[in-house]
Amino acid sequence: MLVHIDQEKCCGAGHCVLAAPEVFDQRDEDGIVVLLDAEPPAELHQGVQDAAAVCPAAAIRLERV
Amino acid sequence: MTALREVAVVGAGAAGLHAVEALRRAGYDGRLTLIGAETEPPYDRPPLSKHLLGGQWQPDRLALRAPQALRELDLDLRLGVRAERLDRQGRAVRLADGHRVRCEAVILATGVRPRRLPGAEAPLAGAHVLRTLADALALRDELRPGVRLLVVGGGLLGAEAAATAVGLGAEVTWLVSTAAPLAAVLGTETAALLAGLHREHGVRIRQGVARAVTERHGRATGVRLADGSHVAADAVLMAIGSEPATEWLADSGVPLDDGVACDAYCAAGPGVWAAGDAASWPDPRTGRRRRLEQRTNATEQALHAARNLLAGPDSARQPYDPVPYLWTDQYGLRVQAYGSPGDADRFEVVDGSLTERRFAAACARDGLLRGAVGIACARALRDLRAQLAAHGPWPPGAQ
Repeated sequence: MLVHIDQEKCCGAGHCVLAAPEVFDQRDEDGIVVLLDAEPPAELHQGVQDAAAVCPAAAIRLERV
Repeated sequence: MTALREVAVVGAGAAGLHAVEALRRAGYDGRLTLIGAETEPPYDRPPLSKHLLGGQWQPDRLALRAPQALRELDLDLRLGVRAERLDRQGRAVRLADGHRVRCEAVILATGVRPRRLPGAEAPLAGAHVLRTLADALALRDELRPGVRLLVVGGGLLGAEAAATAVGLGAEVTWLVSTAAPLAAVLGTETAALLAGLHREHGVRIRQGVARAVTERHGRATGVRLADGSHVAADAVLMAIGSEPATEWLADSGVPLDDGVACDAYCAAGPGVWAAGDAASWPDPRTGRRRRLEQRTNATEQALHAARNLLAGPDSARQPYDPVPYLWTDQYGLRVQAYGSPGDADRFEVVDGSLTERRFAAACARDGLLRGAVGIACARALRDLRAQLAAHGPWPPGAQ
């Protein structure tokens, strides 16, 4: 799985960090998403999928590889 | 999993999209119809008053999902057609084009419709609302340097539109009905900070109550106030709140009370569920019925309604107890808020300071944390969010 983020769309809700803290973080100055792991291991996939599903700004895109 | 084969979602905005996605993700593989009154596939509304109105984004950036991702949901997608009637006995939604969509279960996510002022209840050149992409493009057409824009309404939408318009060189007057616009949403301290920013950037804030849009030769010329005075403008934006778009449900038997009156589980009777701006539910924190017009709520409530719909027996359902989140971007600053900072009477800065316009604050009342608000302190805010989710006392550790 490849994770893509769109920082311009991100609204800083932080839902992704709650769903998959190993993969996502937020910049402190504006809450914008920071990608910690663009190719997360299989055991994190469920959390990453949850994060993409709950992202209110549709700022996370997942690519199957 | 229940043996449902026909589900319809009415409303193709953020809530409707997240509802159909959640149903598919949970394994529902029956027929799934998504009905939307607008012609565009699901798109995001928050950027309308910001990037889209400001011209930084073109409409294609608003799409919530790529065409391929939508196709993979295997939807019966009915766009550009309004739902006209819900027949609960016949288990069907009747559409304006005459079609009937059968459904054993339905999720109502029809959103809201902006209120309009007398004098501009019917479309009038120069009198605008801001809810749809078409609304935003029409307003954007008017915003040239020097144009006099009158923004009516002291909420977040009016504030964002005022900020964007002044950035485009418009002469903006922001007409608000209270001395502290945004205080009910963000709390007085943050509201005062934002009002100061508006003034710094040249927005004229005027207090008054709008009575009617005035017109001449078929074009808006300004707004008449309750005190009899007149504010002249080349264009008027009515940002005076909205009503749940639920009239089509009037004789359906679905309970209506400030939108679709759901129970704690997002249900409004057998087989009927609701989510997003059009849905109210009893907030477990206060016991009061609540309806949230917030982008993040549209997502979370839709996921919740979809999960409960598929959960089967009542005992498997989960009550809806969100930590509301909202944000607003104005003049390059992003204000973030969790919970209900406007309901608090105690404001305690836990990081940064108001003067440096970088802070996180706890907002409490009666010994309970009610909300958190801040600018550029995402981590401290997230810590406060965790305490809100736990219904924590304030100060922490107090009983």
